[in-house]
Amino acid sequence: MKDQASRKERIDRGIKVRTDGLYALMSWRELSYLTLPRFILIAGMLALPFLVPGMYWQRVISIVCIYAILALSFDFLAHYVGLVSLGGAFFIGTGGYIAGILNSYFGVPPFLTVPLAALIGGVVCTVLLLPCLPLKGVYFAIVTLMYPLFMARIIEAFDIFGGTDGLTGIDSFSSSFAEQYFVIAMVLVFLFGIRRFVTTDRGLIFTAIMDNDQAVKASGISITRYKALAVFIASAMGCMAGACLTHIYMWSGISQFALDFSILPIAATVIGGAGTLVGPLIGCLILVPVSELLRDFGTLRIAFYASILVGFILFRSDGIMAFGQRKYEQFERWTQI
Amino acid sequence: MKSNMTSEPKPDMKSDRKPGIKQESKPAPTDPILKIDGLSKAFGGVTALKDVSFDVFPGDVLGIIGPNGSGKTTIVNSITGFIKPGSGRIYFKGKNITGRPPHKIADLGVTRTFQIMRPYHSLPAYKNLVIPLFSPRAKRTGGWRGGGRLGNRQTIAIDILEEIGFERDSYIPFKKTSTLPTGYLKRLELARCLALKPEIIICDEVFSGLSMSEIASMVPLIERLQDEGITIVMIEHRLRELFQVANRVMVLNFGEKLIEGSPSEVMADERVKAAYFGSEEVEEVMTYA
Repeated sequence: MKDQASRKERIDRGIKVRTDGLYALMSWRELSYLTLPRFILIAGMLALPFLVPGMYWQRVISIVCIYAILALSFDFLAHYVGLVSLGGAFFIGTGGYIAGILNSYFGVPPFLTVPLAALIGGVVCTVLLLPCLPLKGVYFAIVTLMYPLFMARIIEAFDIFGGTDGLTGIDSFSSSFAEQYFVIAMVLVFLFGIRRFVTTDRGLIFTAIMDNDQAVKASGISITRYKALAVFIASAMGCMAGACLTHIYMWSGISQFALDFSILPIAATVIGGAGTLVGPLIGCLILVPVSELLRDFGTLRIAFYASILVGFILFRSDGIMAFGQRKYEQFERWTQI
Repeated sequence: MKSNMTSEPKPDMKSDRKPGIKQESKPAPTDPILKIDGLSKAFGGVTALKDVSFDVFPGDVLGIIGPNGSGKTTIVNSITGFIKPGSGRIYFKGKNITGRPPHKIADLGVTRTFQIMRPYHSLPAYKNLVIPLFSPRAKRTGGWRGGGRLGNRQTIAIDILEEIGFERDSYIPFKKTSTLPTGYLKRLELARCLALKPEIIICDEVFSGLSMSEIASMVPLIERLQDEGITIVMIEHRLRELFQVANRVMVLNFGEKLIEGSPSEVMADERVKAAYFGSEEVEEVMTYA
């Protein structure tokens, strides 16, 4: 107790009004209370390439961002549309191969292949997933898990696009600096873009489909069309990430359909906080470097990794982001009475 | 008395309704707006509907009653496309709509409420109405009372909610639907239909789960909708209130149509008494009438 004439008060006292998510801002101080976390996130992400030592860890940043985009697309599909997708590897592989084909067969430069791969890949993935759209929950998850395996076997069996060797000799980004800032910018654009989109009235249709698809049908709205749109958005993001991966490794091959790309984003979403959209990014910022650090332990790596996951599920099942947000809102200060 | 009840020999029970509410006569309808022809549906070995046929005329309030499991909700689901009927045809304004997907049927103006309310529970009440206003039909018609051009969706949503009984200058329209009581959710079901500027509303037990006073305030609402020219099909267990608003009643029993006629005709029928009412309740309703 500092003084008899003062008491503790929550910082957000007076800012947060009765309705959730509405704030009455009266001063710069209150404004900064709301915008500071966002600002720190953006500044931190932009400063990241300068903060880490050496080429190796700079490459890790790019990988973190690629996983973050995937995790974002998973979080969007699972918690704003209600489609639990295990097709991360499908998106990465499709995008990766499209970028590889465009670059090695047609000589398209990386800064064009990435958006092209996002568009074409988005369309391809959406069309292929179209028959699964009536499925819900775990059924959709299981079917989407099959797609990357299917694609990998097709490429292997017909020996197309380089077969098991993959496509080699693909152009890299012009510099590692360009590479990192390109993926970081994409993460930030997608993060704030989707956060904005899901709160618009049109974005709420996705939430409505998740809450009650029958009522949406009874409202005269085709849910298949909106689900397809959501899958297109998510798969375009995933394909873009895959295209970046191809240019980073200067190679695209069957291992881009590996299940890591389906599983790790989900783990990151669980750790970071499901449905928060920022959470998956934070989860990736933790999980990918941890996974790199544990490389020295060889195969024991997986055991450590799994224990971290189980620990999070047991003790912080709502995720870091939900926990952090709660603590941030509970910050107190001393005020004079 | 309404002229579309020409087949009725006796004065019906609606003549004692308060004057000024809905006494004006409507032109005699010739073509049914909704024609159900030989509808049958079986779920595995259970026959839910067996060769049910009936017509709904423009401006009608048709009540469908029957014991539990008599196929009432199956009729609603078949008409609105939520299940595919086993056999039979459904015509809307002479057009065969059998087996069309639900959103296409809703797009024609055939709307429904759900017996178990289906709000978007993570959204506030008024956002629940913004969703149907994104439908192609709402865009064409401009929503309930809309003049063909859709204005600001949130404003329209709040307007509809106010008319349907949500207090405007309160925070109730802005509350999440997961926190709203049943009475508001039942109204929200109706409001979702109204947002589409419907031609027909098929109400699946809008009175169930409501208190007596809540039902009493719903009845004038249904009457007002009918006055606006909306055809209503009501599935209901609350007979007293149903007979107050309905001009024709159909009774189902074990998936078969037992009788169709004016409320007084239906109540006088011995088979209906045996199948559904139990003599005591009929007397009670008759006294009320």
